[in-house]
Amino acid sequence: MTETLVSYSLIAVYSAMAIYTFAFIMFAVDLARRSAESSDASAASATGLATASAQQASVMQAASSGGTATLTASPASTGDAAVSHSPKSLRIAMALTVIAWVLHVSAVIFRGVAAGRVPWANMFEFTLTATALIVGVFLLVQFWQDLRFLGSFITGFALLALGVGTSSFYVDVVPLPPALQSAWLVIHVFVASLSTGFFALAAGLSVVQLMQSRREAGKALKLRFLDTLPAADRLETLAYRLTVVGFVMWTFTLIAGAVWAERAWGRYWGWDTKEVWTFIIWTIYAGYIHARATRGWRGSRSAWLAIVGFAAVIFNFTVVNLFFKGLHAYSGL
Amino acid sequence: MASTHSSDSEAGDSVTGGDATRPSDHMDAPTPTPESKITQPKLGLAGYGRFFWRQLTSMRTALFLLLLLAVAAIPGSLVPQITSDPNGVIAYRNNYPDTAAILDFFQVFNTYSSVWFSSIYLLLFISLIGCVLPRTKHHFDALRARPPKTPARLSRLQGFTTRTTEADVATTIDSARGLLRSQRYRTELYGDSVSAERGYLRETGNLVFHAALVGVLVTVGIGGGFGYTGQRVVVEGYAFSNSLASYDSFNPGRFFSDDALDPYTVALDSFEPVYEIENQQAIGQAIDFTANVTTTVRGDEPQQSQIKVNEPLSLSGTNLYLLGNGYAPVITVRDADDKVIWSQPTPCLPFDANLGSTCIIKVPDGLDQQIGMLGFLYPTAGTLSSGALASVYPDLVSPVLTLEVYEGDLGLDNGQGTNAYSLNTDSLEQIAGRSSDAETLRLTPGDRLELPNGLGSVELTSIPRFVSLDVHHDPSQLPVLLFAMLLFGGLITSLFVPRRRMWVAATTDASGVTTVEYAALARGDDPNLEAAVADFADKHSQQLRVRVES
Ligand code: HEM
Repeated sequence: MTETLVSYSLIAVYSAMAIYTFAFIMFAVDLARRSAESSDASAASATGLATASAQQASVMQAASSGGTATLTASPASTGDAAVSHSPKSLRIAMALTVIAWVLHVSAVIFRGVAAGRVPWANMFEFTLTATALIVGVFLLVQFWQDLRFLGSFITGFALLALGVGTSSFYVDVVPLPPALQSAWLVIHVFVASLSTGFFALAAGLSVVQLMQSRREAGKALKLRFLDTLPAADRLETLAYRLTVVGFVMWTFTLIAGAVWAERAWGRYWGWDTKEVWTFIIWTIYAGYIHARATRGWRGSRSAWLAIVGFAAVIFNFTVVNLFFKGLHAYSGL
Repeated sequence: MASTHSSDSEAGDSVTGGDATRPSDHMDAPTPTPESKITQPKLGLAGYGRFFWRQLTSMRTALFLLLLLAVAAIPGSLVPQITSDPNGVIAYRNNYPDTAAILDFFQVFNTYSSVWFSSIYLLLFISLIGCVLPRTKHHFDALRARPPKTPARLSRLQGFTTRTTEADVATTIDSARGLLRSQRYRTELYGDSVSAERGYLRETGNLVFHAALVGVLVTVGIGGGFGYTGQRVVVEGYAFSNSLASYDSFNPGRFFSDDALDPYTVALDSFEPVYEIENQQAIGQAIDFTANVTTTVRGDEPQQSQIKVNEPLSLSGTNLYLLGNGYAPVITVRDADDKVIWSQPTPCLPFDANLGSTCIIKVPDGLDQQIGMLGFLYPTAGTLSSGALASVYPDLVSPVLTLEVYEGDLGLDNGQGTNAYSLNTDSLEQIAGRSSDAETLRLTPGDRLELPNGLGSVELTSIPRFVSLDVHHDPSQLPVLLFAMLLFGGLITSLFVPRRRMWVAATTDASGVTTVEYAALARGDDPNLEAAVADFADKHSQQLRVRVES
C-alpha cells in the first residue's frame, strides 16, 4: 500500500516536472514576445501597440514623478485590463503551471498519505513540499497583482529544485524519529516553507527591479521586454509587500522553533547551526526593512538585500542541511 | 501608490509635519536643507556628544549594525562551539592546533559570547533604545494632538476624487465626520472641511516591537543567570536526587546559589524503546522512547510519571528532558577466592545507530593488580564478512559483550584515569585481547569467564538500560515567551495597520450643488490607500443621498 502510494507520488512529481518544463518554455516565449512587441511599439512610437502593463508602468512612472492627471486612474483597473488583454503564450504558460501545480500538490498528498504523517520530514520531502508552496504562492498572488512575468523564474526554480530533490535527496518513507514527533513539525516547518514562497517572489521582483532601474538610468540593456514591465519603484513596492509577509512568517518560524527546541532539546536557543542561519536570515530581512526606511538605501541597495536574503534562505536549506554539523540532522541522507 | 517617499516630499512637509523625532535619515524625516549644512553650530564637548549620539541612533547606523550582526554570526556556524558542541571543539583543537590557536585568540569557539559579537549587539541595542525613547514620547504627544490642517489643494494628494450632492455644506461635512469616526478616524473640523487621521496603532506596534526586542535580550541575559542545567545518567532501578553532588555535570547561571536546588528524587523504573520492525527501509529505527520514573518531592507521596522526547517532565520548577539512552551492563568481578569485589552497572557510550557501544570498566581495589577493561557491547550481535562483530539491531535480541583486559596502574591517583569514559593504557599491560596471549573475553548474559593469571573471574550479570537526563531550571523562559509574543503582535500591527490621513472638503456653487473633495495621504506603506478613498467617497455620497431623500 505504502509503496503504491509512494510510486503514485513519484509519477505525479515527474509529470509535474515535465509540464513545468513546457510552462517554463512558454513563459520564456512570452518574454521574447514582450521584447518584440516593445520594439515594434517604439518603432511605431504608437502607444496603442504597447501592452496594458506598459501603460500601467507609465502610469506609475507618472505618479512617482508627481504627475496629477494620471493619479486618479486606479492601478486596479489597469491591472484588470492587463488580464483581459493577456496574450496567448502567457495564458498557455499559466494554464500549464496550474496543471503542473495540481499534479505537484497531489504528489505531496500521496507522499503524506503513504507516510501517514506530514510530508516534510526529510530533505526530499521538504523540497517537494516547499516548491509546491512557492508555486502556490506565485499562483495565488496573481489574484492580487499581475506578476506573471515572474513565471519563468518561478517555474525554472521549481524545476531545478525538484530535479535536485528527486535525484539527489530521494529517500524512502521511514517513520519519524522521536524528536520529530511533535505538533511543531507540522506548523514550524510549514510556515517556514510558506515564507520561502514569499521571499522567492520578492527576490525575483528585486532582480527585475535592478535591471529596470539600470534601464531607467539610461544604461543600455538589451532586454527589451523590460519596457513592458512595471517601473522600478513599483517593482520595489511589490517586492517590499511580499517580503514583509514572508518576514512575519519567518519571525513566527523563529519563535515557534525556539518553543519546539525547548521541548525537544531542553533549551529554547543554543546557537545550533540551523538556529544561527535562521537568525542570520531574519537579521538580513530586518535590515532590508530598515533599508527601505533609510535615506539613500531605498532602491537598488535594498533590492540587493532582498536578493542576499533569499540566497541565504537557499544556503540554509541546502549547504547548511547537508554539510554543517548540528542538531537539525534530519535530511535523511 | 507608487512611492510614499516622493509623495511626501511632493506634498510637502507642511502637510506631514515631518517626523521630527525619527532619526534624521529616516525616509519620512524632513529633507535636510542646504542652509543647515552651512550654519554648522560650533561643536563643544556637548556638541560632539550630541553629534555621536545622533550618529549612533541614526537609521544608517542601525542598518549597518544589523547587517554586521548577520555577518558576525556566520563564523560560529562554521566552527564548532564550546556551548553546543564541546567534543567538536576538542577534535578541532587536536586536528588543527595552529588554526585553533588563532581561533581561540578571536574567541571564535565562543562566538556568541565573544567580545566582538557582544559589542555589536550591545551597540545595536543602545542605538535601539536611543531611537525608541524619543519616538515614544513623540508618539504620546501625537496621540493627543489634533489632526493637521486641511491642505489648500487636495487635488495634489493621493486618491483625490470628487462627488457632487444636493445636501448643503454643513450637512455634508457633518456626515463625513460621522462616517470617518465610525471608521475609527480621529477628526477635526477646519472651516468647510474635516481632517482625519487613523492608524496610530501602526506606530504603537512599531514601538512595542522594538521595546519587546529589548525585553527579550534583558530577560535572556538576566533571567538566564538565575537558572542552571545539570546532566545525569540514570540506570534502570536506580535513582538520583536533585543535589549538586549527584550530577555528572552541572552548569550554574551567574547568579545561581545552592539553595535554588529543590532536593527531589527521581528513580528510573524502566526505559521502553520501540524500534521499527516492519518497514524494510527502516528496520531498527527508533520510533518511541519512554522513561517510566517515580518521583518524590519533599513531603509528598511518590508519584509515577513518564518522560519522553518532546515531552519533558515538570518537577518543582525544573524540567527533566530525556536526551539519550543506552545500555549499562552489570559486570560482576570475583577474586581468586570467589568473593565478589565488584558488581555494578557500567553505562556504555553508543557509537552507532544500532547501539553498538563502548564500555570502560575500572576495578581499582580487591584484586592483586588494578584491572581495567575495554568492552564492546553488541545488543544484537551479527558477524561481518570480515569476521568482526557488529550490532545489527538496537534492541537486546542476542547480546554479546567482548572485553579486553588490562592490568597495572589505572592512574586514578594522579588524576589521569578519572574520565569514566576513557581508559588510559600508558601504564597498563594487556592480559586478554588482540595484543596479548589470551583471547578477548566474549560474554553473553549469565556467562562467567576466568580472568588470566588466576586473578579471578568476570561475569556479565545482566544488561539494564540507562537514560541520560538533563535537568533545567530557567526562570527566563516565561518572560521571554511573553516578550516574543508582544514582539510578534507589535510586528504585525506595525506592518499591516495602515496609517493614513484623510480630508473631506465641501464647496457650494451658485446653483446650490455641493462639490465634495476627498483626498488622503499615506504614512508608511499603505497599499490600499486609493481604494480606501474611493470607497469612502462612495459610502459618503450614498449616505448623503439617503439624508436628502428622507
Ligand atoms: C535589534 C535591532 C533591530 C531590529 C531587529 C529591528 C527590526 C525592525 C523591524 C522588523 C522593523 C519593521 C517592523 C516595524 O515597523 O515594527 C523595524 C522598523 C523600524 N525600525 Fe527597527 N530594528 C532594530 C533596531 C532599530 C534601531 C536601532 C532603530 C533606530 C535607529 C530602528 C528604527 C526603526 C524604524 C524607524 C522603523 C520603522 C521603519 C518604517 O518607517 O518603515 N530600529 N525594525
